[in-house]
Amino acid sequence: MLKDNLFSRCCDKCWHSSEKACPDYISCLTQGPLCHHDEKCENKKKENISRITLKSMEKPMIFMGLGTCGMGAGALKTLEELENVIKEENIDVEIRKTGCIGLCTLEPLLDIKMPGRTRLSYGHVTEKNVRKILNSVINGKPEEENLIGQHFSDGDENWKNVPGFFDHPFFINQKRWVLKNCGINDPVDLEQYLANGGFLAFEKILKNELQASVCDEIEKSNLRGRGGGGFPTGKKWKFALNTPADQKYMICNADEGDPGAFMDRALIEGDPYRLLEGLMIASYAIGATQAYVYIRAEYPLAIERLIEAISNLKKFGFIGENILDSGFSLKIKIKKGAGAFVCGEETALIHSIEGKRGMPRVRPPFPATRGLFDKPTIINNVETLCNIPDIITNGYEWFCAAGTETSKGTKVFALSGNLNYTGLVEVEMGTPIREIIFQTGGGIPDNREFKAAQIGGPSGGCIPPQHLDIKVDYENLKTVGAMMGSGGLVIMDDKACMVDVAKFFMDFIQRESCGKCIPCREGTRRMLEILQMVTSNPSSDSSMNSLERLSGIITLEKLAEIIKSTSLCGLGQTAPNPVISTLRYFRSEYEEHIFNRKCSAKVCKELLTYQIDEDKCTGCTLCARVCPSEAIKGAVKSPHYIISENCVRCGSCLVACRQNAISVY
Amino acid sequence: MSNISLTDILKEFRDPARDSLIPILQREQQQRGFISKEAMIVIGEKLNLPVSKVYGVASFYNQFRFNAPGLHQIQVCRGTACHVKGSSTVLDSLEMDVGCKSGETSKDGLFSIEVVACVGACSLAPVVVVDGEFHAGMDSTKMRKINKTLRKVHNAER
Repeated sequence: MLKDNLFSRCCDKCWHSSEKACPDYISCLTQGPLCHHDEKCENKKKENISRITLKSMEKPMIFMGLGTCGMGAGALKTLEELENVIKEENIDVEIRKTGCIGLCTLEPLLDIKMPGRTRLSYGHVTEKNVRKILNSVINGKPEEENLIGQHFSDGDENWKNVPGFFDHPFFINQKRWVLKNCGINDPVDLEQYLANGGFLAFEKILKNELQASVCDEIEKSNLRGRGGGGFPTGKKWKFALNTPADQKYMICNADEGDPGAFMDRALIEGDPYRLLEGLMIASYAIGATQAYVYIRAEYPLAIERLIEAISNLKKFGFIGENILDSGFSLKIKIKKGAGAFVCGEETALIHSIEGKRGMPRVRPPFPATRGLFDKPTIINNVETLCNIPDIITNGYEWFCAAGTETSKGTKVFALSGNLNYTGLVEVEMGTPIREIIFQTGGGIPDNREFKAAQIGGPSGGCIPPQHLDIKVDYENLKTVGAMMGSGGLVIMDDKACMVDVAKFFMDFIQRESCGKCIPCREGTRRMLEILQMVTSNPSSDSSMNSLERLSGIITLEKLAEIIKSTSLCGLGQTAPNPVISTLRYFRSEYEEHIFNRKCSAKVCKELLTYQIDEDKCTGCTLCARVCPSEAIKGAVKSPHYIISENCVRCGSCLVACRQNAISVY
Repeated sequence: MSNISLTDILKEFRDPARDSLIPILQREQQQRGFISKEAMIVIGEKLNLPVSKVYGVASFYNQFRFNAPGLHQIQVCRGTACHVKGSSTVLDSLEMDVGCKSGETSKDGLFSIEVVACVGACSLAPVVVVDGEFHAGMDSTKMRKINKTLRKVHNAER
């Protein structure tokens, strides 16, 4: 940090500091000084704020998107080259790291802001073009290639003929509340978070509000749990508040186990302070003095940023003993998950923190009355907590103004699969799924047909084309056999096989079943076996196999119902959903697999046959060379052939062949 | 890997109770790459827990492994998005190329394969993580190329 920063004392009259806290410390830092009147000090503060909010800057600033997705796309190589260029050409700029803005398709992203001009965003910035882009902007003639747009801001001069960044089709329909700072700010820079109004909500409740009134405010806002269940958050808090106990716990559930969901990761990587502020407000509201963030070990970068953010908060006295002289004390601990899907379930998560096998238990008693170490415990999802600070600041009416009758506010979705723009989007509740896919997501690539949208992970369901106009809402989605879930939205085109998708989820669930209750442990395995039989190699069929397959199919739906109604925890009760939902909308595909023993999407490998067209094959040997199982034989310049028994149906030959001689059926 | 012994790891935890079990196991695995039988006995003694309980917890979670990992650790993401984009093909050809199944270490001790539920980089699917580095948009050919380079580096060093 710079020598003179937001936290440095303006003069000797200022009596509070991080060591000697006062209830107005935060607003004094950002809007002050409040403790004494001195124009000089006021100007000093204002200068600092305008430096941090980039209203006044001395040299160009470069923002590099360094979330996990950015790094996966090669952002570190770009950064390395960028640093080289700056050194070689002796350019005076400052480089800052940001999280992910959500437009993962165009990563690595790089933003440049010249003093007094708006911020420019470039996509696909690699080590090859970074020099060109940097020089063009510094010379005042921004390169048009790869330019996404400019971020309009008050007091900065616009670039001519450059579209607005948030007018990009990916952003234009979004309502970015929770994601506001993601990809814009330096995630671990506390100054920047404060200068943009951060922690004012926390200060406000510590100073003026009773615990019950905070719970009331959240209850009135109708905020519902974003982790999947959709239980009203304020109501949940009240249960814990009204349970007398010497110790209460607040837990943030960041064990994002749903395959296809990554919003919690992106939120923590991009704006950890927002989450922590939400967590701190929630802890105050229920009277917890110890908070945990239970986060997946698979998210190393998120953990790293969270650790840094927490240590910054400790340093400036925002967490610890007697915070801001309010009498409220709070400790925040990070608990790393160890890779168990079931730990997303509340009671299992609690067992995991206690150091036990992460198995759910019967509820009630609910964790809100008896949870971690048998004390009242509230568990909230990352996105839920990220919503809290703004609700406190703007009031519940503001929050209620957005959304539908039963679902208020916004929802973050992780778009992935066969889409033109994959990434993280935040839309208002009530937005039609069609709009999310075809407007925000940019539609299906290669002019292919949309087949289904899988929503809600393994507990959710598929939305077929005929239900695309359904609006995002907790209740609405249930009517078509899907659910909100945590917000993973995987789009599938006509190349996807729905039987295979169902099989994939059953495989996942039976592997992740904790094994405590029999319907889930045994039932999901049986269901998987039935699906495996449906997609098994027809050449190994005996009459016994066929009979078993038939009996399996007959019982599949009944089995699903039993698992649903008799499993212990929410995960077991929703485990058969992928099968039920695909059966409901894609029954003909199942029938094709069962009766014709074919997979027209060409996904179910065992049902496929690869063949080389002798007339087309020129004997270039390319296919034989790429074949991993040496199943392709033939002499050079004479037609090759595939030995069916050796073929593992990997499809490498199909990709390699330049003559289009290989057919699959 | 590193020289921090289990005794030193245990010293990092002040008055460890049951809730320290998973963090201790995680530290141990971070240092040595796996959890040995001996380590579980020592940890059990320290926490006053039967070894069966320690093993029960360690074997419950996917993160912990009980055999030495290969020199290069390859994690194949099997999330929904990766699956839709063909990660099973990548996994199959990887297993064939390296010569061991997921959860195992190859005979030459060079590679170990692990299947992870989701690494949370769905928009880059299919994703393979090699020694902590993310590789986006994988297919069997790209995978074989990476392995080839790793082997080459290894052979050159020898």
